[in-house]
Amino acid sequence: MFDLDKWQEIFSTIRKNKLRTFLTGFSVAWGIFMLIILLGSGYGLENGVRDQFKGGAVNGIWITSGMTSKTYKGLQPGRQVKFTNEDYSLVKGAVDGIDLISSRFWIHQDNTFAYKNNYGNFTISPVHPDYGEIKELEMLEGRFVNDIDLAKYRKVIVIGEIIKETLFKAPDTIAVGKYINVAGVPFQVIGVFHDEGSDDEQRRAYVPVYTAQRVFTGDNVINQVSFTTNLGIDKSNEMLATITRQLAAFHSFDPEDQRAINAWNKAEEFERTMQLFAAIRLFIWIIGIGTIIAGIVGVSNIMLIVVKERTKEIGIRKAIGASPASVVSLILQESILITGFSGYIGLVAGVFLLELVSKYMPPNEMFANPEADFQLAVSATILLVISGALAGLIPSLRAARIKPIVALRDE
Amino acid sequence: MIELRGIHKSYEMGSNKLHVLKGIDLSIKEGELVSIVGSSGSGKSTLLNILGILDTYDQGEYYLDGKHIKNLNETKAAWYRNQMIGFVFQSFNLISFKNAMENVALPLYYQKVSRKRRNIVALEYLDRMGLKEWAEHTPNELSGGQKQRVAIARSMISKPKVILADEPTGALDSATSMEVMNLFKEINREGITVIIVTHEHDISEQTNKVIHLKDGFIEKIRINTPENILANV
Repeated sequence: MFDLDKWQEIFSTIRKNKLRTFLTGFSVAWGIFMLIILLGSGYGLENGVRDQFKGGAVNGIWITSGMTSKTYKGLQPGRQVKFTNEDYSLVKGAVDGIDLISSRFWIHQDNTFAYKNNYGNFTISPVHPDYGEIKELEMLEGRFVNDIDLAKYRKVIVIGEIIKETLFKAPDTIAVGKYINVAGVPFQVIGVFHDEGSDDEQRRAYVPVYTAQRVFTGDNVINQVSFTTNLGIDKSNEMLATITRQLAAFHSFDPEDQRAINAWNKAEEFERTMQLFAAIRLFIWIIGIGTIIAGIVGVSNIMLIVVKERTKEIGIRKAIGASPASVVSLILQESILITGFSGYIGLVAGVFLLELVSKYMPPNEMFANPEADFQLAVSATILLVISGALAGLIPSLRAARIKPIVALRDE
Repeated sequence: MIELRGIHKSYEMGSNKLHVLKGIDLSIKEGELVSIVGSSGSGKSTLLNILGILDTYDQGEYYLDGKHIKNLNETKAAWYRNQMIGFVFQSFNLISFKNAMENVALPLYYQKVSRKRRNIVALEYLDRMGLKEWAEHTPNELSGGQKQRVAIARSMISKPKVILADEPTGALDSATSMEVMNLFKEINREGITVIIVTHEHDISEQTNKVIHLKDGFIEKIRINTPENILANV
């Protein structure tokens, strides 16, 4: 395949026709450039949205109490549905297949955190031990809330990274074991965590749910039950329906009432979003390949002209002993060289632009880290070689059919 | 060396059929210097193309160095051309973007001779043609006579059995034509068969055997003895 003489011949024809080669190459380079930009942006969009799903298991289901919006059995709409610890038990017992489960409630009152002379306002989230796994927290220090903490109503707290930074200024301080004041009540720090989600998630502190009920509210109200299941989307939707029915019966609301409880099956949403992105990616590939096909047609066209112009030369070669195969490979390799090289330029330019955007554009909800990954670059390269071969195929076959006597006939 | 028996060739010209060669019987022995003459349309170029395996024939038999040349595929034909035949054309047919040395070396490229080796051999042949200093020049920097000498060097480099020349002096002035003819005679003295198609009397008279073609037939074959060559020059 590699043959210095052949390459020298290819280069010499390219050198003689700089403008023509440039224009042809440009169309291919542009095609690949657009493909990379489109795909990279597609990934950026996907990354941005995927980030929103971070911080929490994607197979999680979240049920939050709400307010009824329909009359039911003579009851007026607008009733507040109040979850208690009983609802936690109800959900837990309603269906099989629950992997992790936790309840949670909101605390709206004073939430000043203090350690020595450092203060801050953060969110207190009372939870069950499973919550750490549901939320996929990464423990930087210590441990998460456990069952004994819960059973013994221990006043222990797991704090987010930012809380630790705020309260314990020095970064190398060990927070575990220290007592901090939360709304005037001393809690012992048992862990520090990092959450993949937004900064708000690092401004959170988790405490055992029963402890919090005793210390802060004095009742058994909860706001939310969340659980995970590994049984797949169809099954999890079934589970959610069963749970909704039982909760509806228990709290006397219409099971069809969308507002009485707010149920969110993250797996379903995640899958639907990912399907959307798969569709977008497919669409982008179609557009990109369409652009490249335009480039291929351009190269093919140029190569036909090249063959026409070189008819005489090809005739001479054949008279001297060039086989049809060697003529085919000569034209084919030139075509692959032009498409391959210019496509590579487009590839590099595209990746460079994406890197630039990725570096200087702050990630936001909709768009983060546009990237052209290795796999993409490899597929684009393969695509290039194939398109070069395709572009050169017809011209080279035509070249091979040139009869030397016709080519050498004096004009 | 060359045996032709009852060669017929016709071309389709739209709905018409043009019968160009109407039964050619010809025998050329190794080491002969032959010319083929005739008016235009007599079929001399067609005959040369068939001899050079550049074209096929419809009927008859053609043996080249004992090999039956018939129904060859293109790859095989290319190989025979490369191994056994050297071509010299009226319009030189050098590749314009290659220098003289590379042009001469080209047949060896198709014999898979290494670049270095074939350039050395090409230089030797150019030297014999007195063109060593012009090796790095491209054809458009050479005069007509020089170009034809490069073409002759190219035809010889693969040590062919036969050199076919189609009007080799057609584009040259008479002095240069004589130089070129002298080269052909010199090559012929080395034992290579040389067949020249020409319509110039001066040229054909310098060959040993003159084949006259007329309307697709061999009209006559004249042997030039040294005496009548002398008489003609």
